[in-house]
Amino acid sequence: MVNLTIDHKNIQVPEGTTILKAAAAAGIEIPTLCFLKDLNEIGACRICCVEIEGKDTLVAACNTAAEEGMVVYTSSLKAHYARRMNLQIILSQHDFRCAACQRNGSCALQKICADMNINDVPFGQSYEKKEWDLSFPLIRDDSKCIKCMRCVQICDKVQSLGIWDIVNTGKRTGVGVSKMRTITEADCALCGQCITHCPTGALRERDDVRKVMDAVNDPDKIVVVQIAPAVRSAWGEGLGLPEKMATEKRMAAAVRALGMDYVFDTNFSADLTIMEEANEFLERMTHREKYQWPMYTSCCPGWVRFLKSQYPDMTEQLSTAKSPQQMFGAVAKTYFAEKVLDTDPSRIFCVSIMPCTAKKAECALPNINDAGADKDVDVVLTTREFDRMLRSELICPANLEEEEFDSPLGTGSGAAVIFGATGGVMEAALRTAYYALKKENPKPDAFKMVRGLDEIKEVTAEIAGIPIRAAVVHGLGNTRKLIERVIAGEAEYDFVEVMACPGGCAGGGGQPITEGREMAGERGSKLYTLDKKNPLRFSHENPSVRALYAQYLEKPLSHRAHELLHTDHSGWDMPSKA
Amino acid sequence: MSRLSVISTDKVNSTTETLMKEFTQRIIANPPGVCPVDMQLAFLKVCHAQTCGKCVPCRVGLGILEELLESVLDNTATMETLNLIEHAATNIKNSADCAIGFESARMVLAGLEGFKEDYISHVKEHQCTGTFEQPIPCVTLCPANVDIPGYIALAGADRCEDAVRLIRKDNPFPTACALICEHPCEKRCRRNMIDDSINIRGIKHYVMDKANAKEVPVPACAESTGRKVAIIGGGPSGLTAAYFLQLMGHQTTIYEEKAQLGGMLRYGIPNYRFPRERLKEDIDAILSTGVEVKLNAVVGTEELKAINDTYDAIYIAIGAHAEKRLNLEGEDSGNVVSAVDMLREIGDDRYPDFTGKRVIVVGGGNVAMDCARTAIRSNAKTVSIVYRRRKEDMTALPAEVEGAIAEGIELLTLKAPLRIEKDDNGNASALWVQPQIIGQVRGGRPSPRKADKAEERLECDVILMAVGQDIVTEPFEQAGIATKRGKLLADVSGALNRVGMYAGGDCVSGPATVIKAIAAGKVAAANIDEFLGCHHEISVDVEIPEPLLNDKVPCGRVNLGEKESWARKDNFEGIEYTMSDEEAYQEASRCLRCDRHGCGVLRGGRQDKW
Repeated sequence: MVNLTIDHKNIQVPEGTTILKAAAAAGIEIPTLCFLKDLNEIGACRICCVEIEGKDTLVAACNTAAEEGMVVYTSSLKAHYARRMNLQIILSQHDFRCAACQRNGSCALQKICADMNINDVPFGQSYEKKEWDLSFPLIRDDSKCIKCMRCVQICDKVQSLGIWDIVNTGKRTGVGVSKMRTITEADCALCGQCITHCPTGALRERDDVRKVMDAVNDPDKIVVVQIAPAVRSAWGEGLGLPEKMATEKRMAAAVRALGMDYVFDTNFSADLTIMEEANEFLERMTHREKYQWPMYTSCCPGWVRFLKSQYPDMTEQLSTAKSPQQMFGAVAKTYFAEKVLDTDPSRIFCVSIMPCTAKKAECALPNINDAGADKDVDVVLTTREFDRMLRSELICPANLEEEEFDSPLGTGSGAAVIFGATGGVMEAALRTAYYALKKENPKPDAFKMVRGLDEIKEVTAEIAGIPIRAAVVHGLGNTRKLIERVIAGEAEYDFVEVMACPGGCAGGGGQPITEGREMAGERGSKLYTLDKKNPLRFSHENPSVRALYAQYLEKPLSHRAHELLHTDHSGWDMPSKA
Repeated sequence: MSRLSVISTDKVNSTTETLMKEFTQRIIANPPGVCPVDMQLAFLKVCHAQTCGKCVPCRVGLGILEELLESVLDNTATMETLNLIEHAATNIKNSADCAIGFESARMVLAGLEGFKEDYISHVKEHQCTGTFEQPIPCVTLCPANVDIPGYIALAGADRCEDAVRLIRKDNPFPTACALICEHPCEKRCRRNMIDDSINIRGIKHYVMDKANAKEVPVPACAESTGRKVAIIGGGPSGLTAAYFLQLMGHQTTIYEEKAQLGGMLRYGIPNYRFPRERLKEDIDAILSTGVEVKLNAVVGTEELKAINDTYDAIYIAIGAHAEKRLNLEGEDSGNVVSAVDMLREIGDDRYPDFTGKRVIVVGGGNVAMDCARTAIRSNAKTVSIVYRRRKEDMTALPAEVEGAIAEGIELLTLKAPLRIEKDDNGNASALWVQPQIIGQVRGGRPSPRKADKAEERLECDVILMAVGQDIVTEPFEQAGIATKRGKLLADVSGALNRVGMYAGGDCVSGPATVIKAIAAGKVAAANIDEFLGCHHEISVDVEIPEPLLNDKVPCGRVNLGEKESWARKDNFEGIEYTMSDEEAYQEASRCLRCDRHGCGVLRGGRQDKW
């Protein structure tokens, strides 16, 4: 332990603790900008600089360890002056036309400038502008980049893809796509983690709100919306809605208030995915020798992009089942149009609200459309776009009563809602696989050992005497570790669930951004609460799914199910211009 | 007004002088990897500031060049701009009145040619080819990429054993490098920007004296892979490869032609620079990993074939041990000895006796210094070094030249050897030389030419020829291995043109430094491991201390002392003193810890495995 004083407070902290952390322990919040806990403690912005008694120069609190007897002043004249002027220097190279920025209101730079009472910049302003393909789902705007390097670090250290790198040197040092590639040539998984960890508007998703509102205002279009499980755990954050108000039923009401014709739920097609994927898995198990193992889930498009670019030889190991988003689109433009509405499928405009940026690329894959009415899913909006759309359409969810989802594609089980958290797909699949093998339901929480935020979760579930060696992994760096272990023969699995984002979709790259906090854990527990409260706990008991099979698809893995609900992952290339 | 006035140094001038001196230091410490075009532009701006303004090409032209270069960096240039830069610079070079102008333009042209790729990349890709992949100057410039800030910090924290373990992650010859490394790491040390580079080798010397290599155990070897690797040559490169391959679980066997291991560390470097018992410390540690050794094992074409049939891979590191000759008339006289031969004999403890003899050494490299200083220790009456160029053109380290002079050795510079005169017994009695005048710079070095002076006769009893070494490539050529200009032709991975065969060290690079040989051994070990289908990682579990929070006030560099020349020149004992604890602590504290400050910190400051 070392003893020091910070702003006249005596503090004792373990050896090696940074000044930043020591100050926080004493309730003193030193402002930071480039800092990202454990990932980017590089002292680049010099906003967290503090003065140490007896030292001539300031030190960065984020990466300087507290020492015995240290006397620290966090806001001495020198530190305060440096902090303010460094912000002004940053602003001299930042396009601060904040009013016209996607991150207006959630920008860390904007907030800290307000906190530091910056009301002028005594320097000229110049910023870079580089070309970018604005049709790509991920957009980088150089004029807003403050070179904090967070994107470089998150992509390197957490996602192991190294899409971003420092480019050029000297005063022209900046961030760009690594290895002299353009973003469309790079093997970007489109997980969006660089967006959610960017302090400013330098990285953002392509905004597709207008396309949706145009469809809403087109009287010929029937706008059908699906909402992904994880969206309900986070949509209120971006609106400042109290947690109690941000329920899934109020979310359904808000979507309806936007003028959408049908408010459906991706939970419905998540249940459908389980029916197909669990049965596919059991089918592969019975013909073990015909397949390479393990079988990997395919519902996360970031993961699919990762696998196809990093381990293309393993593409066949992906479940051929489409993701819930794409199953929904295929069903909406066939079964729903033909059997429920009795209308021309091309009138249906299919919108999905997702916690995800990679979904925007998934719906645009060349071989994903099987309903025969243009794209199965027309537009994907992230949770952030959804929140922005609500605000711009003057909808105040706090004033809305809760409403039900529409029927029939609005019914989902508890097994479906946990798709939004790491381990959820596996747990849902095991519940249904158990039923398929034993012809009886397990206890709903029998497989809860796959929950939680451990990097790699392994479980062997013995069902009807058959041991199923399952693994759950989230974050692409962890995924790479798992795959390398499998290749090296150090691990053997039958079924692996992979989610590209840390914490699964709850921590998705399309979710609202809260500076300095990882929200996936809290959001995930909300989903498990919803599972617990849902009277339906098993995908195979979803009445709408049963009706769909009875009226239209016959049974899982049927010919029609294959046509609509499965896909050939080798039918497109990575990197692919989405 | 006085007719003349005494010029006094005013504050403006003295401050400018100081800043210029600091600017020079800054250039010395130029970080590796910066954008060459950007640096070119910065140079150009300095050049332009120096313009007196009289002449058009310099006053206006340099400004135009600046704008053109700026447009390249701002991504607004086209390939046509590059042509314009070339034409404009050529015109300034051709028409400027003085060096301020034409030299500025010449530098631009040299850059345009030398890093054309980077110019084109800026124009076409809007990106610089430079990268910050390894931004720590000392680590980048060390051929073996030893974690220098790491071990300096450990030395400063009195954790010398950990420092040895850390060095060994990249280099199993910590003692050798502590005593005789040419320390390229110090070249661009960022500390130059404040005062002077860190005495990195000096700190390592201190570390190895505090924590002897033989007392710090080597890490455990990986589980045996059952694969066998033959290593031809037991010098620093071969031993390095053997060490890392053993750690990776492969069984290595070294075939050494001589009676003992060490290569040039034993058969090239004299004891006073690198005492044999210190060499033994490194070699013993390396052998403790289980290396098999076959001494007096000459490998010719036939043997190579047999080895190739028995082993899974081969690393050839035979060094450059053949003498080079000048083919002078009389070079075959008695008492004309090649440096290689003499140092080889000494390596096996057979010292020459030059009592009462007048010795001439021909050459200006480190080996020439070694020969001269060995001769003085072997009781020679006089020792002279005969060299074709000037003292400042010698390739030997300046400290070696100074050491030789201090020991009473004469430098006879600008003398080109002509022929050797024999006495009646066929022994050399004099070296005839042709005085030279230093002339034009060619290939970056001033070259001498015949002076308008008469030939000179230098009487002597012994002539030591230290004019370079060759590589014995024939047996390998006959085995089908490709060579180029007398060197084995290996690619950047060390691979030869025959599958499973690798080579490195002096036999690939030509006579070079020990750290380059070590680096080649390390590279070969990694690639042989991959070739054998493995992916072993070499790492070390040593936690590096946090940087000290000291203000970086300028402070002198601690240099190592040497024994007085009178006390050292009659014996072969080591001559260099180490640092005291106090000195080592101060020197280690001067380190700016580029691993933790600047962009070193971005990727964690170090590569903790390879």
